[in-house]
Amino acid sequence: MTVALAGKDIGPQIEKALPGSVLESAPGYVMLKPEFLVQAATFLKNDPAMAFDYLNFVTAVDYYDYFEAVYQVTSMTHNHTLMFKTRCYNRVDPVIPSIINVWQGADFQEREVYDLLGVYFEGHPNMKRIFLWEGFEGHPLRKDYL
Amino acid sequence: MEIERPHIYPDIAIDRAEGKVINDLKIASQPIIPDPDKWLDSELEKNMFLTTVDAVINWSRRSSLWPAICFPACCAFEFIATNGPRFDLSRFGMEILRASPRQADLMITAGTLTWKMAPNVRRIYDQMPEPKWVIAMGACAISGGTFASASYATVPGYNHIIPVDVYVPGCPPRPEGLIYGIQMLQQKIAKRSLADKA
Amino acid sequence: MALHTEPFILNIGPVHPSTHGVFRIRATLDGEVIVDIEPVFGYLHRGVEKLAEQRTYTGIIPLTDRMDYITSMSNNLAYVLAVEKLAKVKVPERAEYIRVIMAEMQRICNHLVAAGAFINDCGAFFTPFLYMFREREKLMDLFEMVSGQRLTYNYMRVGGVSQDLPAEFLPALRKFLKEMPAHIAEYERLINDNEIFLARSRMIGILPKELAINCGISGPVARASGVKWDLRKADPYGIYDRFEFDIPTGTVGDANDRYTVRIAEMKQSLRIIEQAVEKIPAGPVISDVPKVLHPPVGEAYGHLEGPKGELGFYLVSDGGIAPYRFHVRPPSLINLTALRQMLIGWKIQDAITIFGSIDITMGEVDR
Repeated sequence: MTVALAGKDIGPQIEKALPGSVLESAPGYVMLKPEFLVQAATFLKNDPAMAFDYLNFVTAVDYYDYFEAVYQVTSMTHNHTLMFKTRCYNRVDPVIPSIINVWQGADFQEREVYDLLGVYFEGHPNMKRIFLWEGFEGHPLRKDYL
Repeated sequence: MEIERPHIYPDIAIDRAEGKVINDLKIASQPIIPDPDKWLDSELEKNMFLTTVDAVINWSRRSSLWPAICFPACCAFEFIATNGPRFDLSRFGMEILRASPRQADLMITAGTLTWKMAPNVRRIYDQMPEPKWVIAMGACAISGGTFASASYATVPGYNHIIPVDVYVPGCPPRPEGLIYGIQMLQQKIAKRSLADKA
Repeated sequence: MALHTEPFILNIGPVHPSTHGVFRIRATLDGEVIVDIEPVFGYLHRGVEKLAEQRTYTGIIPLTDRMDYITSMSNNLAYVLAVEKLAKVKVPERAEYIRVIMAEMQRICNHLVAAGAFINDCGAFFTPFLYMFREREKLMDLFEMVSGQRLTYNYMRVGGVSQDLPAEFLPALRKFLKEMPAHIAEYERLINDNEIFLARSRMIGILPKELAINCGISGPVARASGVKWDLRKADPYGIYDRFEFDIPTGTVGDANDRYTVRIAEMKQSLRIIEQAVEKIPAGPVISDVPKVLHPPVGEAYGHLEGPKGELGFYLVSDGGIAPYRFHVRPPSLINLTALRQMLIGWKIQDAITIFGSIDITMGEVDR
């Protein structure tokens, strides 16, 4: 049975390895600061006790004041899973670092988030629209689109 | 372990050119294209002479319609099932599914049309030689179906892009329904005359 | 005298008889060998995630049918699992058994189409495909008995299933279970040792195990590369922990292994259905859930082992009648992440075969 790890347990461990990176450790998820995202992801993947080698999904949600990027990772060796998030408070030009160099599975999913919500992922080698055509105006999944 | 990840070169110039084509088509496709051959009403039928040449040519055209491949979505699987062993389309002469539109005369549009796909469908339709017919299969092909309300990406029906002859409703239509639609089209072809050009 | 050559860009698709829907590859070729590819999606993007924000939780179920239209029961089930996790709803026993039977029948249906289309791409123009369609018609008859529809069933509901099995369903299913192993043996006899099939699929499009895990690839594609990960065993949902079955895995990770894994999975699915048919109890098929559901504020991620991989739904609720955010984790799109690395260096003909062996459905890639 896959154990959903509590954010309350993992948050302090990440905080110990990378001081200042964790904003909140809720029961269901860990909230990270965007600047520390790539380092925390590398730590989660390489640390032998965690060994999160499989990325379930990457997505983002538009809460009216901020965009929240949601990630879920699973470890096949230990059979546990964790959800972590990060926020971006800029509505006009949101930028979040890309974790494509940690898990390659984030490739198309980050492009989809850019296409439908407008969040730019820095560090992605091919950041352009994937489902809609070049020249389409706006980002449909935003709450203020039409 | 290090995963080798080669660099991707984005083709932005090609994407921009294609995007412009799609935007132009979207602006130009707001009105519905009317039906090419109007259904004959009874008064006209009394005055029409179908010669033997017409009868033979119409019989050969309607008995060997070759579909072109245009399979975006779910209705494609009902079309393939109609082609399959139980509901056999080859008894109507239609078992040939040619990949090239230049050798086809019927386009069965099986699936939702999006604006990104629309220029390609129009191009396939233009590449088919005359005489050609179109059957709009399924609710998405008739009016956009269940996806019409988020119409930032869906074309509300194929008849904005190409002229349609027969509409087959259903989501997806049963193979028997599709066969009935094909038979209606065959009746329509039987009434054509060499004298009228589409 | 050296011959001057230069690479050129060829467009494969979106209208092509072998591309499993509208999928386009812009391939840069050097002669016949592929040097670089760029996949282009979006020709079937219908905005399902935006549409779902305007419908009630039960009204989204028909939308989920049409995403991966070959595995409608699994789509429905994954979505309903996510809503039940969000709203903390219990499901009666009989409904759980019915769900397992439907999901496994759907797995057989999907693998029939997948294997048939793959052999189609290898060159056996339509003959094995139509043999497999003969069996699929029998399964579609069974589905029609239960839900009234042949392709997009809209059968699962939050808290159970929408209607009970009719009286003639279980005898017909038993009859199907008796006949199916003979048909699978027929396919294996016809195809497995065929020289042309082996030449076209052995050692073609090898996917290494570490790359598969890193890209998030799941389902038969990952299992063929040696990753022993199946959500029915690792994270059992429903009552899967009560059934006995094996997880077939491959060794090399080539196209032939993916085909073999799918045929073996069909046999395991038959085993699960036999066990479920023996033990199914009587009782209600849906628990008492209001027609318009108001789940509490929160989020949930419900996933299952679909025929193509891990299919998951991420829902965020704000207490209203429609979800605030509805996101699908599409196995077909994520299984394509390594496409570039799998295709570079092969010829175009092999590219079509490799792409066919991954088994995707464009309705799910584009949503």
